Amino acid sequence: MSALAQPTGSPAAWPDTYGDEAKPRMGFFTDTSVCIGCKACEVACKEWNLIPEDGRLWTGESYDNTSELGANTWRHVAFVEQRKPLKLDGGGETAELDAEPLRWLMESDVCKHCTHAGCLDVCPTGSLFRTEYGTVVVQEDICNGCGYCVPACPFGVLDKRHLPRKADDAPLSLPLLGKKEDGRVWKCTLCYDRLKGGHEPACAKACPTDSIQFGPLDELRERADQRLEKLRAERWNGAQLYGRDPDDGVGGFGAFFLLLDEPEVYGLPPDPVVPTAHVAEMWRNTAIAAAAMLVGVAAAFVGGRS
Amino acid sequence: MSHHHDGSITAVGTQMDSYYGRPIVKEPVWQPEIPFYFFFGGLAGASGVLHAFAGLVGNKTLARRTLLIGAAADIVGPILLVSDLGRPERALNMFRVFKVTSPMSVGSWVLLVSGSASNTAAALELMGKLKPVKVAAEFVSALAGPPLATYTGTLIADTSIPVWHEARHELPWLFGASAASSAGAAAAIAVPVDEAGPARRLAIGASVVTLGLKEVMQRRLGFVGEVYEKEEAGSYGRISKLCTGAGAALLALAGKRSRAAAVAGGSLVLAGEVALRWSVFRAGFQSARDPRYVVVPQRERKAARG
Ligand code: SF4
Ligand code: SF4
Repeated sequence: MSALAQPTGSPAAWPDTYGDEAKPRMGFFTDTSVCIGCKACEVACKEWNLIPEDGRLWTGESYDNTSELGANTWRHVAFVEQRKPLKLDGGGETAELDAEPLRWLMESDVCKHCTHAGCLDVCPTGSLFRTEYGTVVVQEDICNGCGYCVPACPFGVLDKRHLPRKADDAPLSLPLLGKKEDGRVWKCTLCYDRLKGGHEPACAKACPTDSIQFGPLDELRERADQRLEKLRAERWNGAQLYGRDPDDGVGGFGAFFLLLDEPEVYGLPPDPVVPTAHVAEMWRNTAIAAAAMLVGVAAAFVGGRS
Repeated sequence: MSHHHDGSITAVGTQMDSYYGRPIVKEPVWQPEIPFYFFFGGLAGASGVLHAFAGLVGNKTLARRTLLIGAAADIVGPILLVSDLGRPERALNMFRVFKVTSPMSVGSWVLLVSGSASNTAAALELMGKLKPVKVAAEFVSALAGPPLATYTGTLIADTSIPVWHEARHELPWLFGASAASSAGAAAAIAVPVDEAGPARRLAIGASVVTLGLKEVMQRRLGFVGEVYEKEEAGSYGRISKLCTGAGAALLALAGKRSRAAAVAGGSLVLAGEVALRWSVFRAGFQSARDPRYVVVPQRERKAARG
């Protein structure tokens, strides 16, 4: 009952369960104000994590042909072209450009590694788990592809992989069991393997502008606060932190952002809440509905036993 | 709805920004097995309860047939669920853990108990052996029935799909009523009219409740609920209304006298309940596809908080 036991702050039962192996909570601070849209993160992620190619398509949506996070995309760079000034009135050097305002927003999106993660809460196999770093990871040798985590995530991060299974992971021969596609869900692991080896995640390593910063979450939050203060002082239009607040509907993100417009402009929900926040109320209601059904069936016998 | 080049979406009464009109939450990856499972799981659960009461009042034919219907549905249910998995060979991973935050986890255990109990009871009934064990199994099956019939509503409510999550108050009730109606209708078909009184009354009463609850749910959902008027959710909804309504009327008018009318009426009700599950199922996909259903209510929530 993660969302209930500890309404905010840190993830439920973490890090106590790790005892001596507990680590500080690690995360990302993605500062979109310095992103240049080079997609080095997307590429580094695919390379390091051996994520298969899933087809190419020209969308006509600015420089974005990746479109969304999913089973085969764990970093996604969004491109937004806007007729809005980069800076508010009195913002100095760009003021003369504001006669014909145009700005290009770029944002490298990723799994938020939520403090209260809907995906993890609903996973019936225990495949999704909280690591010693406080991150949220799918164990691919456990996932049975039930698909529950997919609509549970408030951000649409996870998806089922429909690509063929690998040769060493052959389908069984029974008709019911003989599925040929991978069938499991995949998402960002915050490079769990690299963290174990003392390295930073591949995307952060590859990012040439430090738009993706990796580190202990406490430090990242401090750094983000300073950055926001600076941008506000320089009168950047729309500068705001997204997912930094441990009091939000998912208890804050482990991977949070500095945005230059409202979240929905980047395809992000403006006020995400973990669905399991309401789980106690839902079970109470279910219990009453179940009891009512019992009474209802009994009532059908009121008019006689046959 | 029209998409503008700057990513904003305009629809009647709602104006918001979006990322090229793309969805925010992911569509479920569940296949047609799932709405059919909702139906069969409900039929199994409610038949177990109907069986128990029929046994209590000494209506032997009704008791025996509802036991067999419930046991059969309890076999079909798990087959559908396993077949929907991306990794069917890992179906038993459902029993690695028990998690209250995951209605799918809770439901898997309920289904295991219900299926074992109803099939043990049915087997012993057919063999005419071990009466005390059979009675115990029937008792367990009757207790597992209401949770089995209602948890599926809570399963889909415990997601980030707006039209499901916002209907968390109604869904377990709606699914419970639909289950009761299905069990009554199936029994009204299988049992001679003289002994089918309680089954008929249950089918008629629960049908009325089901139709009423769906109406209430759609109204209360407001903007988010408009998907029920559109596309597939709308078509299935209309089929459900028509079939359930006509079937219940037929059972009420002629079900007492004519077995043919009972069979026709019961079949119509069953078809209506299948269509109802499909309407709710498809509504979830439609709700996920349009980012307005995510953004507009979240914006309102944020504004209300100030
Ligand atoms: S963003 Fe989605 S996938 Fe990532 S931890 Fe949160 S709920 Fe899970
Ligand atoms: S698809 Fe896999 S990871 Fe997702 S909820 Fe099901 S078992 Fe867990």
